[in-house]
Amino acid sequence: MIKINELNKKYKGAEHYSVAGLTLRIEEQEIFGLLGPNGAGKTTLISMLSSLIKPTSGSFSIDGLNYQEHSNDLKKIIGIVPQEYALYPSLTAFENLSYFGSTYGIRGNHLKEKINQHLETLGLLNFAHKKISTFSGGMKRRINLIASILHEPKVLFLDEPTVGVDVQSKNVIIDHLKKLNATGTTMIYTSHHLNEAEDFCTRVAIIDDGKIITKGKPKALVASHNNARNLEDVFLAITGKALRDYA
Amino acid sequence: MHKLFASTYKEFLLLTRDIGGLAILFLMPILLVITITTIQDGTFKIVKETKIPVLWVDEDQGEISKSIFEGLSNSKTLELITASSEDEAKSSVFKGDYQLAIVIPKNLSTDLAAKVDENVSGIMAKFGLEEDTATVVDKTPIAQKEIRLYFDPATQYAFKSSIKNGINQMIAQVETQSIYKAFQEQLEEDPSKDFFETESFISFKEIVPNGMQDDAIPNATQHNIPAWSLFAIFFIILPLSINMVKEKNQGTFVRLRTNPISYATVLGGKTLVFLAVALLQFGIMLLIGVYLFPNIGLPKLEISGNVGILFVVAFFAGLAAIGLGLLLGTIAKSQEQSAPFGATFVVILAALGGVWVPVFAMPSFMQSISRLSPMNWGLNAFYHVFLRNVDFPELIPELSLLFLFFIATTLIAILYNKRQNSV
Repeated sequence: MIKINELNKKYKGAEHYSVAGLTLRIEEQEIFGLLGPNGAGKTTLISMLSSLIKPTSGSFSIDGLNYQEHSNDLKKIIGIVPQEYALYPSLTAFENLSYFGSTYGIRGNHLKEKINQHLETLGLLNFAHKKISTFSGGMKRRINLIASILHEPKVLFLDEPTVGVDVQSKNVIIDHLKKLNATGTTMIYTSHHLNEAEDFCTRVAIIDDGKIITKGKPKALVASHNNARNLEDVFLAITGKALRDYA
Repeated sequence: MHKLFASTYKEFLLLTRDIGGLAILFLMPILLVITITTIQDGTFKIVKETKIPVLWVDEDQGEISKSIFEGLSNSKTLELITASSEDEAKSSVFKGDYQLAIVIPKNLSTDLAAKVDENVSGIMAKFGLEEDTATVVDKTPIAQKEIRLYFDPATQYAFKSSIKNGINQMIAQVETQSIYKAFQEQLEEDPSKDFFETESFISFKEIVPNGMQDDAIPNATQHNIPAWSLFAIFFIILPLSINMVKEKNQGTFVRLRTNPISYATVLGGKTLVFLAVALLQFGIMLLIGVYLFPNIGLPKLEISGNVGILFVVAFFAGLAAIGLGLLLGTIAKSQEQSAPFGATFVVILAALGGVWVPVFAMPSFMQSISRLSPMNWGLNAFYHVFLRNVDFPELIPELSLLFLFFIATTLIAILYNKRQNSV
């Protein structure tokens, strides 16, 4: 589904590559976790795959579509759940979703039905006509997710989809994502919640300094490291305990 | 097309939910046009109807000072208050108690009479009519006289200038009458008979070639409504650029960049909504000029030209303003950048465009710069219709410039956005 070949990214004026010679293949219907400390290159990689920034060199394709030749077609088959609440606070949940849905060419009753269906599943149907500015963090996260999946993307990029939400909202979001995955959606997920990643992902890669250090199924990674009880132990063993502060 | 419609509807919702933005767009221009027109009309009325107190120091005490005093007293603009001395008058003016003091010098009447006599006798002698030419030759030179005007330093240049012109005109009249009188005394033995007709032979009439049959003179409203409507239309730059910066900060712009919708379509939605706002603003301004102004004691807006053409001008002026707003909103990274820059830039464009000072009154260097201001093109087009009553074809140069400005600024915005996102 996703083929990444020797992908590099170096920002203007930067001394080091944010993503350095990264090669990776993600299969259809996988939930692939990209784990790494701050500044490891996770967001840069997702930004390149979602057409937000251009690679310095290398190539990738999603569902056979090369980003250089099919940029617009790529946008139709991917969905991005950004870390920020990318919503209009003065519009209602329904108005936000109607607009973002229509940018994918969905319209009329079909769009309305889809919005209501997702709102109901994520427990927000009663708040459909309330302004986003009145929503709690957990509610905004759920709307943020719906805005990215209305067009039923083949590949969904999830950048910290559960950050800052309560346990209830987190469970609802993860359950919904699992259902989507069951229908065939491939997911690339980044998070600092390693326990969540261990349960949620079918495969993970730990990246640091723009390179993949290790990858595999979570349980297999834990088993392959002596004294590791969980993915967090593996993560610390690989990336170390030093703070990663950047300014 | 569906995406453009969706973007337009979204912009409409965003705008109507932003009460502060709506207030800036509609109430501020209305307040502005009412305030400016009231001040300008009030100033005009003050000059026209209210007498301004002026200190009068008469060191001459002769016929000339009496004539000037009567002339000024009879004028509708000045009220003369006699001061005891020049020093007192000077001090009162410098303290700001009075805006003006007029000091008539000693012996003005006798010296003017002597000077006129001298000149008239000289002329009569040339024609061989003077009885005793020896007296003319023997006269000692008469020094020039000076009427001193003390102005408060805070007095506006325009007021100063109009007062000086008025007094100058009155003195010229008194001098002329003295000359006539001297001639009459030389030629006619009975001074009670009117030998010369001393009334002004030449007068002037103000005619505005507006293409209409009537001789209507444009009032303050005729100038203010188009000028401030244009200012309001260009003020769109501010809420439009803020709207775009907000979208960047909210992350919605990033989401849109990952969606299959072009930046041009997103900008298209904004253009349509803000264009409707510009036309609505203009319509409201016209209604205010026609219906509200007469009810609050301001001159009524007389629309002599075609109203449809007026809206065409507003349409193109709106496009130019929107293009600039889109460019500013694309380049600015924060509201702290876009808001002060937008507001200041509109004021600069208005000044360059001739909203406050007519372009012809600017230095030639500034006149050249003014021709590059889209507000100047818009204002010219509005004046063509409002005051000169021209037909559509004559507006094509200005409308073309406004449209090209919109295309250029929007294209730059799109290219800049593309370049910025190619990191």
